[in-house]
Amino acid sequence: MTGLPQGLDGNIAGSELFAPNLERRHLVGKIFSTLCLIGTSLGLILLAVLLSRTFVQATTHLNWGFISSYPSQMNPSAAGIRSPLLGSLCILVYTILFSVPVGVGAAVYLEEYAPQNRFTKLLELNIANLAGVPSVVYGILGLGLFVRLMGLGRVVLAGSLTMALVILPVIIVAAREAIRAVPKSLREASYGLGATKWQTVWNHVLPNAIPGILTGVIIAVSRAIGDSASLLIIGALTFITFDPKFLEWGGLTSQFTVLPLQIFFWIGLPQEAFKELAASGIIVLMVLLLSLNAIAIIIRNKYSHLN
Amino acid sequence: MLSSTEPQVATISQSVLDAQDVNVYYGSYLAVDGVNMSIPKNKVTALIGPSGCGKSTMLRCFNRMNDLVASARVTGKILYHGQNLYEGGIDPVEVRRRIGIVFQKPNPFPKSVFENIAFGPRINGFKGDKTDLAELVEQSLRQAALWDEVKDKLQDSGLALSGGQQQRLCIARTLAVKPDVVLMDEPCSALDPISTRRIEELIEELKKNYTIAIVTHNMQQAARVSDMTAFFNAEIDESGERVGRLVEFARTEQIFNHPSKKATQEYVSGHFG
Repeated sequence: MTGLPQGLDGNIAGSELFAPNLERRHLVGKIFSTLCLIGTSLGLILLAVLLSRTFVQATTHLNWGFISSYPSQMNPSAAGIRSPLLGSLCILVYTILFSVPVGVGAAVYLEEYAPQNRFTKLLELNIANLAGVPSVVYGILGLGLFVRLMGLGRVVLAGSLTMALVILPVIIVAAREAIRAVPKSLREASYGLGATKWQTVWNHVLPNAIPGILTGVIIAVSRAIGDSASLLIIGALTFITFDPKFLEWGGLTSQFTVLPLQIFFWIGLPQEAFKELAASGIIVLMVLLLSLNAIAIIIRNKYSHLN
Repeated sequence: MLSSTEPQVATISQSVLDAQDVNVYYGSYLAVDGVNMSIPKNKVTALIGPSGCGKSTMLRCFNRMNDLVASARVTGKILYHGQNLYEGGIDPVEVRRRIGIVFQKPNPFPKSVFENIAFGPRINGFKGDKTDLAELVEQSLRQAALWDEVKDKLQDSGLALSGGQQQRLCIARTLAVKPDVVLMDEPCSALDPISTRRIEELIEELKKNYTIAIVTHNMQQAARVSDMTAFFNAEIDESGERVGRLVEFARTEQIFNHPSKKATQEYVSGHFG
């Protein structure tokens, strides 16, 4: 590297005050960026190893027959994931239907309507804590409340209500953040034109918060789709050879199983063939998760294109 | 100390808004103390003064925007055509439709130009059909001297306009709900000199049909656009707290050429603030 020339008087301006030490400063910068790169690659390498192992194991089963057949305990080569896949989708749809309106409603109330006092502060703290409670605890609650006390039984309704409880705090926290991030100037503009609180919230606050709310929903749904502990507790079966009965109450009263439970069950069996089935199940679960995220991202972009 | 602001202005025309002994508190902190002033019809009234003198706070009292600040409390009366705006039973939503406001930073909605204007009429129960609404949008944009620039991009985002255009869009949006008074809170402080000049010309034009109150940091602007000027100052009260008071309220030429208070004289001649 060539240095800059000296000034007209033969001195470097400021040289009596500063020791530039450029090599050292740049070296520190390089070390830091290398550390960051290592961090990133560690995560990526682990993911790649995990995925490639799973893919290798899964190849023999990844075909339409695997998707469309029911699980079998006797014949691994004919076994599929039809019922757990439908069960997962079913639970997921109802979980979203139950938790998103309640969660967004709670967030709107807390942000826009509730007075700011000690009680709401306490409430806020509690919701944030609930987001960190293990799902198995919600499973116990669901078992006591929905399955036993309300007498719903071990059905999709009880499962999706329990799952809704698991992700509700995540949705509330994310929706509150999103609502809070809507600039004050936008609200003022709306109120300044003679809009009521409702008109302001509905026309400006919510539409502008939707991208943020959806991000929260994506995170929450990703948690829900991979969660097995809560559903295991409330008694989702691990061996189901029928579809949810959509014609009766939209499947809400059907017994069910879900993909993570099926995978868990298969991995527990001694034969190698079932482990391959489990690997294939993992791939399907992952594709399902990615496509759900993609849908949410498309909706999010659609809503934020004007901003 | 005596209340420093006896009504000092000879009425030069019918007044639309009259502030009587207005105090504004934020929690227990007194931000604006004992303001008496009136906003005359079809004139431009400027509120000037150094930072923290309460001029913006005062402006926001005129259409109850301060209601949105949880800790804000207003005592005294603000009469709008004789009716106290702070009386129980007065709905701030209706107040703000009649007394519109334009803010310091242009804040168009993240929607199309058309929707920016149409929102106000819609939420206020506009009785006309689609064609009437389109006419109202055009009329409002023409009034704000923006029509020629945006008539071909009514469906584009309001945020795609330049800063000056955005501010005129905000003015058009305010005009679309047919207010009686337009409050402007430093409407040019985020704009370049050319955009500022356009807004000033617009204010001159608008006062034929509207009553305007404008807060400005820019004394030349107050001198250029206003008929009446209220000079606010941040004073230190007995307990050492800063409090905003109206020092002098008079015709603009008098404030700038023959102010009766020393503080006014010092401020308008650029000695502080």
